[in-house]
Amino acid sequence: MARRAQPVNPWLGIIAATFVVAVVIAAFVGISQRIEATTGLRAAEWQAVRFTVWQAFLSALISVLLAVPVARALARRRVPGHTLLVTLLGAPFILPVIVAVLGLLAIFGRNGWLNTGLGLLGLPEVSIYGAHGVVLAHVFFNMPLATRLILQGWQSVPAEQFRMVGQLGLSPRMVFRVIEWPILRQVVPGAFALIFVICLTSFAVALTLGGGPRATTIELAIYQAFKFDFDLGRAAVLSLLQLAVAGAAAVLALWILPPIALQTGRDRVVRRWDAPSPWGDAFWITLAAGFLLLPLLSIALSGLVGLSYMPLSVLSATWTTIWVACVSTVVLLILALPMAAWLAQAKWGGAEALTLLGLVASPLMIGTGWFILIYPYVSPTAFALPVTALINAMMALPFAVRILLPPMRQVFKDYGRLTMGVGLRGMALWRIVLVPRLRPQIGFAAGLTAALSVGDLGVVALFADPDVATLPLQMYRLMGSYRTEAAAGAALVLVALAFGMFWICDAWGRRHAEG
Amino acid sequence: MRGGGDMLKVEDLRIEQGDFALSANFAVKRGRRVAVIGPSGAGKSTLLNALGGYIDIASGRIEVDGQDVTSAAPDKRGIAMLFQDGNLFPHLTLAQNVGLGIRPALRLDAAEMARVMDALGRVGLRDFADRKPGDVSGGQQSRAALARVLVQAKPLLLLDEPFAALGPALRAEMLDLTSEVARDAGATVLMITHAPEDAERAADDLIFVDGGQAEAPRAVAEVMANPPEALRAYLGR
Repeated sequence: MARRAQPVNPWLGIIAATFVVAVVIAAFVGISQRIEATTGLRAAEWQAVRFTVWQAFLSALISVLLAVPVARALARRRVPGHTLLVTLLGAPFILPVIVAVLGLLAIFGRNGWLNTGLGLLGLPEVSIYGAHGVVLAHVFFNMPLATRLILQGWQSVPAEQFRMVGQLGLSPRMVFRVIEWPILRQVVPGAFALIFVICLTSFAVALTLGGGPRATTIELAIYQAFKFDFDLGRAAVLSLLQLAVAGAAAVLALWILPPIALQTGRDRVVRRWDAPSPWGDAFWITLAAGFLLLPLLSIALSGLVGLSYMPLSVLSATWTTIWVACVSTVVLLILALPMAAWLAQAKWGGAEALTLLGLVASPLMIGTGWFILIYPYVSPTAFALPVTALINAMMALPFAVRILLPPMRQVFKDYGRLTMGVGLRGMALWRIVLVPRLRPQIGFAAGLTAALSVGDLGVVALFADPDVATLPLQMYRLMGSYRTEAAAGAALVLVALAFGMFWICDAWGRRHAEG
Repeated sequence: MRGGGDMLKVEDLRIEQGDFALSANFAVKRGRRVAVIGPSGAGKSTLLNALGGYIDIASGRIEVDGQDVTSAAPDKRGIAMLFQDGNLFPHLTLAQNVGLGIRPALRLDAAEMARVMDALGRVGLRDFADRKPGDVSGGQQSRAALARVLVQAKPLLLLDEPFAALGPALRAEMLDLTSEVARDAGATVLMITHAPEDAERAADDLIFVDGGQAEAPRAVAEVMANPPEALRAYLGR
């Protein structure tokens, strides 16, 4: 339907989108200044590209393969702590990467629980470092995400279909063919694509568990070119590679990426008549719960012990992290709200692709470009925190816009004519209609951004000098100097901060939220 | 207020949406209550939405109260409109919803607040001012929407079946109230309806929409006494 009248002036959204594009283009300009004909591609660069794509593929594949039986079990069995488990599946998404790595080290590391157990049995120890460690950590983060996405798909099957299955006495094989397979075929490619794209720009995991020629992602290679060699030309070439790889993947994945709903995984179990022996389901649920909970548990235990070992630097890093996260969240809202309003009214659906820029343009790629631009004039370290805050906001943008867009469309559909009829526009429209109507989603998106920003260990590692640090960076430094207890204490503070800030924003959104 | 003449003038109006097209060429006299009747999908809602400025028109000219409003924003047309649903914001109180009709930014002074309360009183909702739409009945929601139309004080009122979800008795009551409110405000009314008895009860004239054409209004009694072929088919008489 051709619509001339629009409730929200689209220009603010277009300006916000232009700003995002400009930040990326400026980074691109910076990078291209440093690329010379002589900076050809060496074997090491190709190795980084190969490893990046390979680990992302493997991480996505394993995450999805494990998620299918777990989601299936959770969809058809009600186990004790079911609700808690489904909620916890959302936790890794906002868990700071460095904290999860510490937790995984406590289980799978040299002195971890697994190796202690193997040692008692007289078996050789396994090492978490290297390519398989990177994949393990990615699976830890993304298997729960995949499980929630697939669970959502499963729960979209109407209960009537399962009643019909009971009435017809279909075998589990037939149920799989008639009901489950069509759902999986719909949901799994999207989940796979999302995880693949996320893992392509993985940095913190590779930094802590990878390294060496056999386990270096492009992002890590950029960092190394910077920090170890200060070879801006090489960093620029790698940034370009990162952009090409992630860009190609995102373009391919765009059409199958799943929407991100606020209520991922409602806790609902449909009465089923076809479920075979419960032992299989019990196995998968136990495995998933153990994989998810043991690292979290170890962080809590060692963190409590470590609290007293924390140096004063953790306190100042905590303060820095809080304000960087606050700035990120404000910037995110300033960008995402007008963009969502514009996209919700836009006739051209492809405009949504703009938000993927945040996934395509990796933090270190943008960081490298801006470093090259700033470097000749002022010390980039002075911009470490503002650049970090801005880039964190941009990284959260694709998620935030996808959270805000569906309810924004609904508001315009339900109340667009009423707002225009009474002449609501500008700030009054936001204050009286849009913010109150979208409050839960705004709170959720803000909380997600704050938590992601709190946990971010990316561009700040590139820019920061020894005197400035966010909490994740400080924790990484403590781990690097083998102050494990102090690092564990900092991890606990970091977790509390990430979940605390998420909770504050989310609770704001839920309070007074009305139907 | 200007006396006599046309409140609404629609000249060579053409609306196109994909395969669908609707033409209209008519005028409505000041103070008349006009029923818009016709089969489902004939374009009754589309016509009203075009008059209200909510959808594009392909060509033609719309004049309200002597002003050309063809390309004016919906709130600058001298038109108030009630939709099938979405007439009230569920998160605002009834008083706030009515207040939007005076000042969309909702910063009302004492005199404006008094006007809101008067309007609520006029529709029998003075004691419900602080309730939210979800806490009152469907009929009361309709009354609140009418109260907002009252404070908007526009010369032309468009009703796109806002009372369709109400039962017959309540609908008749709301139509009577609408007529009263419109008469008090001196407003001209265009209302879509499916029920001929509603047209006979609450309208002076009737516009029949069918076959991509909105016909000029004629007196209800006259049309009903001797309906043209297409209308007779629609009414099933």
